[in-house]
Amino acid sequence: MNKFPYFPHTDEDLRLMLARVGVESLDDLYSDVPDDFLYKGEYDLKPAMSEQEVRAYFEGLADRNSHLTCFVGQGAYDHYTPSVVPYITQRSEFLTAYTPYQCEISQGTLRYIFEYQSMVCRLTGMDVSNASMYDGPTAAAEAMRMAIACARKKDTVLLSSTLLPQVIDVVKTYAKYYGARIVMISAEDGQTSRDALSALLESDDTIAGVILPSINRYGIIEDHSSFADAVHAKKAILIEYCDLSTLAVLKTPAEWGADVAVGDGQSLGIPLCYGGPYVGFMACRKDYLRKLPGRIVGQTLDKDGKRVFVLTLQAREQHIRREKATSNICSNESLMALWVTVYLSLMGSEGMKEVNELSYDGAHYLYDELLKTGKFEKVFDRPFLKEFVLKPLIDVQSLQTKLYNAGFFAALQTEEGYVTFCVTEKRTVDEMNRLISIIKED
Amino acid sequence: MKYYDKLIFELSKKGRTAYSLPKVTLPCRMEKELDESLARTEPLELPEVSEVDVVRHYTALSQMNFGVDTGFYPLGSCTMKYNPKINEEIAAMQSFAALHPLQPKETTEGAERVIAELDAALAAITGMRHFTFKPCAGAHGELTGLMIIREYHLSRGDMKRTKIIVPDSAHGTNPASAAACGLEIVEAKSNADGLVDVEDLRPLLDDTIAGIMMTNPNTLGLFEKDICRIATLVHEAGGLLYYDGANMNPLLGKVRPGDMGFDVMHLNLHKTFSTPHGGGGPGSGPVGVCEKLVPFLGVNTSGYHGNFGVMLRAYAYILMLGRENVKLAGPLAVLNANYIKESLKHKYKLPITSVCKHEFVFDGLINDGAKEGVAGATTLDVAKRLLDYGFHAPTIYFPLLFHQALMIEPTETESKETLDDFIAVMEQIADEAAQDANILHEAPHATPISRPDETTAARNPILHY
Repeated sequence: MNKFPYFPHTDEDLRLMLARVGVESLDDLYSDVPDDFLYKGEYDLKPAMSEQEVRAYFEGLADRNSHLTCFVGQGAYDHYTPSVVPYITQRSEFLTAYTPYQCEISQGTLRYIFEYQSMVCRLTGMDVSNASMYDGPTAAAEAMRMAIACARKKDTVLLSSTLLPQVIDVVKTYAKYYGARIVMISAEDGQTSRDALSALLESDDTIAGVILPSINRYGIIEDHSSFADAVHAKKAILIEYCDLSTLAVLKTPAEWGADVAVGDGQSLGIPLCYGGPYVGFMACRKDYLRKLPGRIVGQTLDKDGKRVFVLTLQAREQHIRREKATSNICSNESLMALWVTVYLSLMGSEGMKEVNELSYDGAHYLYDELLKTGKFEKVFDRPFLKEFVLKPLIDVQSLQTKLYNAGFFAALQTEEGYVTFCVTEKRTVDEMNRLISIIKED
Repeated sequence: MKYYDKLIFELSKKGRTAYSLPKVTLPCRMEKELDESLARTEPLELPEVSEVDVVRHYTALSQMNFGVDTGFYPLGSCTMKYNPKINEEIAAMQSFAALHPLQPKETTEGAERVIAELDAALAAITGMRHFTFKPCAGAHGELTGLMIIREYHLSRGDMKRTKIIVPDSAHGTNPASAAACGLEIVEAKSNADGLVDVEDLRPLLDDTIAGIMMTNPNTLGLFEKDICRIATLVHEAGGLLYYDGANMNPLLGKVRPGDMGFDVMHLNLHKTFSTPHGGGGPGSGPVGVCEKLVPFLGVNTSGYHGNFGVMLRAYAYILMLGRENVKLAGPLAVLNANYIKESLKHKYKLPITSVCKHEFVFDGLINDGAKEGVAGATTLDVAKRLLDYGFHAPTIYFPLLFHQALMIEPTETESKETLDDFIAVMEQIADEAAQDANILHEAPHATPISRPDETTAARNPILHY
């Protein structure tokens, strides 16, 4: 036997175990596999490394990443992570557990999911939440399928063209193969056009649902007054795509009259980590509970009358219903749901308000100062929170190179040719002033 | 484990705080400027607690949880192997964790190298050509892989292929993923040996079949010996073969799905490649394809580059394994499974006796203790009684081919001593059942809670605080 820390078998163990099984060698255990399929070559992998070498190897790779101060959002936000959060989520009882199928020894997981669901309900104003989705875009795609499942015989979902590009892309991908029709709602002055929506609703009887962003790709806080009435008048459902962190201060999906709320919880202190793991969320009004995809935790009593938590309403799920399930989702992002639950427990409503205020104040300071440089001009005159776009009057490519060299990630170019900026509570005035002075230099 | 009955909301006391943020240095504008019509009116009620409250509360919750670090987790089809700790440190490295997903590639060279090297390593291990890392879990990989299959047919103008063959022993995610991908499911039956019946399959193959989803070894832990014929038949009919990587572990270092004729597959990095399950994610379900499908790998099924943090962990594991140790991973997992099977078949019904791969299925107790006035002990009872003895239960009532299925997968990271302890306990439970099945009916006895009232939970759902 090779000595290897993750294999506990000694030569003696092997001998005794093979004898019990009644074979002579490990190879004999594969006697049912046609010989042609037994791989006899050398695997094209590096030679085994010691732990010390693995660490050094990754440190070498890590050195090839540039550490940049982040002034970009676009769905992934650089908010501060309190120390307690990774400390708790690294506890092996949470980290190394499976899905809580055996509730008697999984009350820890089940309780935090119940808390998570409660917090998502409070942030969105919805009645019920599931236990999490993969990320925001896939949550939106699931909502698209849910709308069609709720409506029956209608196959069209309207998407606002102000949704983040990756949300539109993923929803369209899911729709293409599922057989749903996607129609885009045009924008007017940086927000979903109410008139365009009405026109589409009027002219088309196949609309099952409408997906709108609460804060959109330009960072603009959309005004959805009377949108819900228009959507409901056509018996379609309204889905709001949200940045969970901002719902602490912004009008909730429920207050806009939406039926379903989806989006990403990454903004609740989850590290950027090159795009994942994040946590999608999905919540809805109770009328749609049976159509909600994913796991749901409910409260009940055990035989002795103790309050306990279990996975419930599983008849919606793939392991029971197979092809008739509301979704194929199985593993979701449970540990990241714990992450945001601990984060929200620490921040409380006051902390959440302050995070948004600090982000707002910083973003508006940067916006004003950038305009003063004369290198950008306004695109929209609309309310925003922590993210905004400007029209560049200078060469973006060379500006960006200069910014990277100075250690900043900012002024990311959008599809429309604008540049986008984002400020969270993590960005200091000093960092902003340095950014501005580099931009001024040109 | 100790029962603890608080929810974080119940610890709340007005005026307590658990956060600290930098001092405000800029003028406070939000309250003044944000129009009322856009602001939240309903007050947000979150817990008001101190930092120590949060730490103690979640520590108390964790103490009602069982993980791989707590003990043996023989959960079939879930591959609950040990999760190396170095992986966690690698994933937490700031130079990776702080990278924004939209940063230009010239500033993320290290991360891109990780992705490229992981791609190459997985290709070497599986015999596929390239992988996409977009999928965030196994089922997400299935959906992505099926989209690739559909895209392939569509690109050839072959519009009729809207059906997919799924064996009756498949994981529930297979038919669910196929339905989400707009495919009609055609079920292939298992034969008496628990394998896909080639004769049953043959008439199903026509020009409307997009492909077949296979799990090999299947969920009974049996290697689909006829895979070569199946591959030929499906390919001749113009279909593609999908490999469900949930059961890849026994083949790790031994058999490559690409060599068996599979065109598309997913891997569960949180199974075969040692990353932690996290109580139900985050996982990662990269999809690998053969050469001719590489042009379709771009199908976009998640926001950015997939669960990069999970990919880092998996690559750290592969570097530790290296080309030497990888060859032993699958075989030791198979040895462990067969060792348990052979050790317990005198107490538990073994419907299929041939050599198994990484997992196998018992069909309940040989003597379930049923007698006048006492119902026999079921698989659920055995599972619950195991919890009393400090083991996680196997997967139960799956696959659906047997009524009392008890599906056991030990993985290669468990020692003979651990397996012997488990075997002894399983024997003892069988003896208890034979003597007095009521002990099992009422189990568990030693856990923080007893069996829950699931009917009420579903009938009168309480889903938030």
